[in-house]
Amino acid sequence: MIRLTWLQFRMQAAAAAAALAVIAVVLALTGPHLAHLYDVSGITVCQAHADCASLSSRFLNQASAAFTDNFLLGFGNVVVAAPALVGIFWGAPLIARELETGTYRLTWTQAVTRTRWLIVKLGIVGVAGVAAVGLLSLMLTWWFRPIDLVNMNRLTPAVFGERGVVPAAYAAFAFALGVTAGVVLRRTLPAMAVALAGFAATRLAITYWVRPHLITPVQATGKVVESLPGGGALRLWPAAGPHGPAGTPVTIPGSAWVYSIQQVDAAGHVVHPVLRAACHRSQAAIDACTAGYHRVVSYQPSTRFWAFQWRETAVFLALALILAGLTFWWLRRRLS
Amino acid sequence: MTAVLEANGLGKRYGRRWALRDCTISIPGGRVVGLVGPNGAGKTTLLHLAVGLLAATSGTIEVLGGCPAGSPAQLARVGFVAQQTPTYAGLSVSQHLRLGAWLNANWDAELAKRRIKQFGLDPNERAGKLSGGQRAQLALTLAIAKRPELLLLDEPVASLDPLARREFLQGLMEVVAGHGTSVLLSSHLIADLERVCDHLVVLAASRVQVTGDVDALLASHYRLSGPRRDPAALPANQEVIQESHTDKQSTFLVRTTDPILDPAWTIRPVTMDDLVLAYMSQPPGTKNASHPGLEVIR
Repeated sequence: MIRLTWLQFRMQAAAAAAALAVIAVVLALTGPHLAHLYDVSGITVCQAHADCASLSSRFLNQASAAFTDNFLLGFGNVVVAAPALVGIFWGAPLIARELETGTYRLTWTQAVTRTRWLIVKLGIVGVAGVAAVGLLSLMLTWWFRPIDLVNMNRLTPAVFGERGVVPAAYAAFAFALGVTAGVVLRRTLPAMAVALAGFAATRLAITYWVRPHLITPVQATGKVVESLPGGGALRLWPAAGPHGPAGTPVTIPGSAWVYSIQQVDAAGHVVHPVLRAACHRSQAAIDACTAGYHRVVSYQPSTRFWAFQWRETAVFLALALILAGLTFWWLRRRLS
Repeated sequence: MTAVLEANGLGKRYGRRWALRDCTISIPGGRVVGLVGPNGAGKTTLLHLAVGLLAATSGTIEVLGGCPAGSPAQLARVGFVAQQTPTYAGLSVSQHLRLGAWLNANWDAELAKRRIKQFGLDPNERAGKLSGGQRAQLALTLAIAKRPELLLLDEPVASLDPLARREFLQGLMEVVAGHGTSVLLSSHLIADLERVCDHLVVLAASRVQVTGDVDALLASHYRLSGPRRDPAALPANQEVIQESHTDKQSTFLVRTTDPILDPAWTIRPVTMDDLVLAYMSQPPGTKNASHPGLEVIR
């Protein structure tokens, strides 16, 4: 059964391996240059000069001049698209094509049970898909490392899904979704469409509705929020003195994923930014109104990048397992 | 002879439609059994149930004493050639043989190779490029070389030209003669069945209409023609299968094991064609309704 699966899958596997090899060569040739630009940029030792911001933007300009913007962007998109491709071209046809062409009647009547057939098919093709996308993601994570070190924005939605291990989990989910759609719909083309639409919708839903709740955000409280120039860092001051902010400030680096900056009254309730009309009569009135007000910043520090990666990986793997279980059930009960 | 296929009240329903209903049948081993019936009679459903591609909605089915597709061992004992003889279009003939060897512990590689050679199939040809007849031979080879005890074939020759059809059936007969495999073959081409089958099952409207050895069936059915007569007036031991009347004349196809003594009848033997058509065109449930006097005469 393993040999049969390989016989049917080897062309697709070869195509994927060739694509990965081409990408690997391109990355291997260009990666060292990017790393070199980073090394000579002086960013690593800029703490002493305190001019990190301008060094950083100079490095980013050099990088985008060396590898035109499209080229950089294109690589990110490859990682976004790869799991969908696995779902569409490996997952959806895997069983749907057998059902469509009637060859299931040939294979399922050989001396191998249907369950074993499915285990081997899902195992080999699924693991290959996950491995291919995982490898691609790790290669690009390596390549983008200098830029990520400067940008420090790995938690933003656009970057998070293109780095680390989550793309592999996306691939597992997309593959399982394609297979399940194929078994239920029994047609390759509709299954491909469902795999693409379902995968895109799930990715967006998880990114915007589930990911923010995977870890409770850190809350920092202060009187005054100050935006620092360059890099988007925030400084939170404990008091608003007569000559500007006072006290020992808390700094939230630009790499953090800031959920919200809210104004809260003394009781801890969120206050609408527009003050009540009564407060506007005089400065004294305003001061009285806002006496207990303070700011609460909710954010995720960038050090939680891998914690988020593993949690989201677990979410997508769990979804993939549920779909795989559904496929087994459907194959045994509904298709007989 | 023990039964290779035993079904009891077997039924398969899709939504509200029954594809096969209340099918009770016992198919003897060591024979070539023809399963005949019009399109939609439930032939394919019965065969798919027997090979485990479908699960029964009601009733039971036992094949070679086991539950269809219940285990790899059970799957190994039953060979199946599906309708339109599906093969993998992208795989070559020799890759199909390898597929068979990988998936079947009892694979007879010698037999497979010999058959491929005998029918002039190019081992490197892709199955998608084969003619219908060649593809059918390939599918049959796969089913035979796993050395099954029972071979089920679902309309294997329906899409073949007469020459390919004859070749296919010859190949099948060689196997039966060589290995003593039991065969259940569905078809709506009666002429083909006549050539190869020694046992017949007629399935119409998802019910078994008649079953028996071909020789016995042909010997116990007669076509009677003579002056017009009410079917109720026939002797009780003559079961009317089919009747047609003109103003003056009646023609009956009757089943009886006793000699027909009435001198008014012109008696002719029936062909398999007559027999099958008579049973196929007999709608279920009308048999008794059309013989209101049968019980009274008895």
